[in-house]
Amino acid sequence: MTKEEVIEKVDAFLIDEFEIEEDQIKPDANFKDDLEIESLDFVDIVVIIEREFGFKVKGEEMTHIRQLSDLYDYIEEQVKIHS
Amino acid sequence: MKRVVITGMGVYSTIGKNIEEVNHSLYNGVSGIGIDAKRIDDGFRSPLTGIIERPILKGVLPRRMRIGLPEQGEYAYVATMEALEMAQIDEDFRLKNEVGILYGNDSSAVPVINAIDIVRAKKDTTLVGSGSIFQSMNSTITMNLSVILKLTGVNFTISGACASSSHAIGMAMVLIQQGLQDIIICGGGQEVNAESMGSFDGLSAFSINTNDPTKASRPFDRDRDGLVPSGGAATVIVESYESAIKRGAPILAELTGYGFSSNGEHISVPNVEGPTKSLEKALKYAGLCAQDIDYINAHATSTIIGDMNEAQALYNIFGSKTPINSTKSMTGHEMWMCGASEIIYSILMMQNSYIAPTINFENPDEYSAKLNISGNRIEKNIDTFLSNSFGFGGTNSTLIVKKVK
Repeated sequence: MTKEEVIEKVDAFLIDEFEIEEDQIKPDANFKDDLEIESLDFVDIVVIIEREFGFKVKGEEMTHIRQLSDLYDYIEEQVKIHS
Repeated sequence: MKRVVITGMGVYSTIGKNIEEVNHSLYNGVSGIGIDAKRIDDGFRSPLTGIIERPILKGVLPRRMRIGLPEQGEYAYVATMEALEMAQIDEDFRLKNEVGILYGNDSSAVPVINAIDIVRAKKDTTLVGSGSIFQSMNSTITMNLSVILKLTGVNFTISGACASSSHAIGMAMVLIQQGLQDIIICGGGQEVNAESMGSFDGLSAFSINTNDPTKASRPFDRDRDGLVPSGGAATVIVESYESAIKRGAPILAELTGYGFSSNGEHISVPNVEGPTKSLEKALKYAGLCAQDIDYINAHATSTIIGDMNEAQALYNIFGSKTPINSTKSMTGHEMWMCGASEIIYSILMMQNSYIAPTINFENPDEYSAKLNISGNRIEKNIDTFLSNSFGFGGTNSTLIVKKVK
């Protein structure tokens, strides 16, 4: 899976499931301050990652994710590890 | 003690998705009962159930507020918004004034089952998702609505089986009479799905009269063969008389009596003495005698023993004259919701001067023959009514409501 495919899938679930406006989706968008994604929402992001990308996230692995680009990078890296 | 009134009501049920639709159904004797094919597939003894559509709340509520709501929470949200609008209580008012919530609910089966299925299959609890816990607890409706509506008053759920929401209204009445709270959102919610009803179906308490589902729920009728499970949600705004007057809110009715008791006997088989005690307590609380009651909304669920025992309790106190009906003949048994919904149904009848028919009441049995029950609608002025709700464990609740002139 290419980085572009990861970004496309992540952006799609943020728009569809988290109801985030398309123009808010930027790599440097901060989850908490810009996208209003709170800690409970990260539980649902873990669920969606498992469904969309096929790997299980350990809760503590998500703690360093602050902005959208962190999530793209993390998923890209994990997809490579699990493929 | 402070006087307690009802200033708003809202309902989402199998016989209508709002007050106006429900009033039309009650007036015309419309049934909300049908067949659920899933129950046939799942090996249920009875596929009969109230038929209800889930409201679509996407675009109405933000995701975070939506995902904690189970099915009955969605119904409760819709019913509560209708009640708040009628009572003229908007968000600005709720932010500046203490409003509480006491709601009846006694199960939330589907989220619990789904969560356990995921944990068993995936061996990872995180994959259950963040909404599940808030959907799964019995207090799901009060915990969600208190956050959605930004409430700062009393906030808890009452689980008293099929008397849950009647007790919730009774408790609200007591808190307001004591001056502890001025406005309480009160009601009951009931999920409508196969998963929550399997264990109840297993007790053979449900009607299997599937030839015509609309004829299956037949309270007090000689040929009744069991109840039909149903649900939805019903909300009333319970408020002190002074607060309602001060706000210029519409006063729909006054709550004047609350009676309660426990049978202290069998877990599922009701008796005559417990309901009798609840009825007597409610009359005493209201300072009324039996002749003061113009209409009785019976609990009568269409079970053989339940209806028989309630009929005896009602006859012992009220004799043969007081008009009695069971709106469960149309709605089926709305369980955790029925105490609140039947207060609303009865207020609608009081407002519009009629007693809804007990549909399917064609032939009385030995006990119901002594009571004033009609299979047809009766045009009648109602100034004061009484509503019974009874539940497993022998919990009984009786409310008395009167017109404010």
